[in-house]
Formats: sequence, structure tokens, C-alpha cells
Amino acid sequence: MILVRGLTKRFGQTTVLDGIDLEIADGERVVVIGPSGTGKSTLLRCLNFLDRPDAGTISVGDVTVDAARATRRQILALRRATSFVFQNYALFANKTAKQNIMEALVTVRGRPSEEAARQALDVLAETGLADKADSYPAALSGGQQQRVGIGRAMAIGADLMLFDEPTSALDPEWVGEVLDLMRRVAEQRQTMLIVTHEMQFAREIADRVLFMDGGRIVEAGPPRDVLDAPRDERLKRFLRRVT
Amino acid sequence: MRPLDLDYMLGLVPVILGYVPLTLFMAAVAMVCALVLASLLAVERVIRVPGLDWLVMLFISFFRGTPLLVQLFLFYYGLPQVLSFLAQINGVTAAIMGLTLHFSAYMAEAIRAAITGVDRSQWEAAQSIGMTQGQMMRRIVLPQAGRIAAPTLVNYFIDMIKGTSLAFTLGVTEMMGATQKEASGSFLYFEAFLVVAILYWIIVETLNQGQKRLEIYLNKAYAR
Repeated sequence: MILVRGLTKRFGQTTVLDGIDLEIADGERVVVIGPSGTGKSTLLRCLNFLDRPDAGTISVGDVTVDAARATRRQILALRRATSFVFQNYALFANKTAKQNIMEALVTVRGRPSEEAARQALDVLAETGLADKADSYPAALSGGQQQRVGIGRAMAIGADLMLFDEPTSALDPEWVGEVLDLMRRVAEQRQTMLIVTHEMQFAREIADRVLFMDGGRIVEAGPPRDVLDAPRDERLKRFLRRVT
Repeated sequence: MRPLDLDYMLGLVPVILGYVPLTLFMAAVAMVCALVLASLLAVERVIRVPGLDWLVMLFISFFRGTPLLVQLFLFYYGLPQVLSFLAQINGVTAAIMGLTLHFSAYMAEAIRAAITGVDRSQWEAAQSIGMTQGQMMRRIVLPQAGRIAAPTLVNYFIDMIKGTSLAFTLGVTEMMGATQKEASGSFLYFEAFLVVAILYWIIVETLNQGQKRLEIYLNKAYAR
């Protein structure tokens, strides 16, 4: 169970997140949509403390963090309970595909390296990249890099997986394979919070869609309500533009 | 112009070669120590530990702002007069200390620049999986910064090898000191210093070849 209360983030004078309240049940797959610059990415980044929220509380699993008083230890605990898939993949450039996945297991979780290596190979097989285990990111296509990025986030076994526009930086030819992998992750009933512009994908896998505008969640509900029978005017306008 | 005494020069080569190990030893030890110290200084400059920052800046400013020779004299002839536990310090140790401190100040700036050159997404990826600041630096940022800084650091290493010649002013008989002694015995200054110059040159050129291989090795992960 993920519980967010009053999450607020300001950059200078601009309020990017304006007191977000959000509950996500275990195994729920939530998609966030909305115009750019409305705080979707910031929401994800604040949940992982890549951006430090100014106020609010975040609970993931048994970790609860009060943003205003977060200690270093709490932040690490929160990050270890969540995993993050980046728009630009952000694979460790000095590590092979296998090592990218092992890194979190060995360095952060303290697993023995043989066990971690086995798990990394399993994950790579799941992502269809078993033959790329010893390739460095620079030698992989965008789609392959993002699949390793998702594999890295999967391997951690986090309570919550965060996807920040995982297909936006990809050439169109690679989008399909990344969405396929995300579908497989979703089928395992992994709790996911996904920012994306892929409306068809949202319709398929989301239990719930959130529409954000101006740092708030304006409308929320199952895809057939939010995407097919929108009530809010801004949401209607947004959907006309993207579909 | 008198002809060069080639026989004397050839005879001098093995004599000076005998001191190459000491020269390389001083440079290698100082390089390792300087790398460690410079990395610490550079990381501090990037993350800015409150209360430590001004000290690090002062350190870097002093050791970049004063001549190496002055620093060596300060350590070897000066400091033991104020700090009695340094009274037994020998020339080799003082030279290694001086080279370490002097070059770590330069290298810290090179490494700092390289650290800031590592893509921001690499830091965020490390943070996102819950690495501590130390783990992130050691495992992700510094290795990538090392690759960026490598050519500059090799340059400093070359400077350092040549810098060991100043150790002769502290009474250390290394390549330069040995040559000086030989020359003052034979009075064939030109021949003697020409031989030692060529030997330094050969050492540095060998290193340049090594640098090319090092760069190929470091770029292995980044080849498309």
C-alpha cells in the first residue's frame, strides 16, 4: 500500500506539486497523464527523493517519510522500497548490462555476487536480452538499453516501480518492445506508477488513470471513465490534442 | 666547438640507469598517494562539506600557488625545525610528501572538473537504487570521471617524474643527483646532462605509449 499525503514541491516561486494526495493499492497499476510541465515527472521524482519535496508524507510498504523532516537513512529506505525507470535509460555507462542489474543487488542489498549474477541473468532472459549480458550500454540500442533499465528496476523487487516517460526518448521502432516488457511486468501484478503519453497502452494496462494539471490531480478513475468519458474541460482538451 | 666524448656518454648510461628505479619509485608512490588525496579533495569540492570546504580551498590554493622547490625546502629543511617528530625525515620521504601534496592540488581540480562532467543521470540512477553517497562516488561517478580525467592525470604523472629531479636538492641521489656527481668528477657537463636528459625523455615517451593503451582500455566500455 502506497500512501501520499499533501505532497508539495516548489521550484523558486513556482509550485510544481500542490499538495498531492494519492493512494495506490498493492498490485495496482496507475498511469499518470497530463500536459507537459504539470508536475507528472516531479511527482515521480519526489516519491524517490530525486527531487526533495518541500512538504507532505510518503509511505511505501513499511517506510514512512515526512518530507520536511526526512533523514538520510529514511531517504535511503524509501529509495530501496521504490525503483525508477528513467526516460533516458540512465544505465551505468561503466557497467555491462549484467553488472547494471547486479549493482543494486550487491552494493545496496548486500547479496552475494554469484547469487546476484544468477538473478541478473534470469532478469535479462526475461527481458529477452540474455545474449547482451556482457555488453556495455553504449553498444546497445535505445530499446535494449531501456529494457535493461526496466530489468534493473525489476530485479530490486521494489514495492513500487516508477516509470518516468519510459518510451519518450525512444525511436518509434523501439517503443513496441519496451511496452511489451512493461505489459509483462504489469501482468505480474507489480505495483506501478507510470507517466506516459501512450494512451493506447494506458487503456490496456491501467487499473486507474490520473490526469494532472497545474500540480494537482484533476481527475482520476478507470481508463474507460477518464479516457473515454472525461468530465473536466482541461482533460477533454488534452485528450483531443493527444489522440 | 669540441667533439662530444661519446665513449664517456655511453659509459655513463648504465650508471644513471641504476638510479632509474629510485626515480620511478618516488614518482609512483607520490602518484598513488596524490591520486587518493586528490580524489578526496575533489569529492569534497563537489559535495561541499560545510566547515571543510574553506580548508580544502586553502590547501589547493597554497599548493598550486607556490613553487614545488619552495615546498620541498619547506618540508625538508624547514618543518623539522618546528615539528621535532619530523627531525628524522629523509630526503626520499620528504620528496614523496612534497610531490604528493603539490600534485594532489592540481589533480584535485582536474578530477573535480571530470566529476562535474559525468552525466547527471548517472548520479540519479545511483541514487534511485538507494546507493549511499559514498557508494555512488566510488562505484559510478569516480570511475567515469577517471576516464575523463585520465589524459590530464597522465600528464601530471609525467610532470611528476620530471619533478623528482628536484629531490637532488634534498640530497637524494636519484637520476639527476647521480648525474650531477658524475659531471662534477669529469667536468664533462654537457655530455652528462645530455645523457640524463635523453634518459628522462625516453621514460616519458614510453609513458606516452602507455597512455594510448590506457585510453583504449578505458574507452572499452564506451565503444559502439
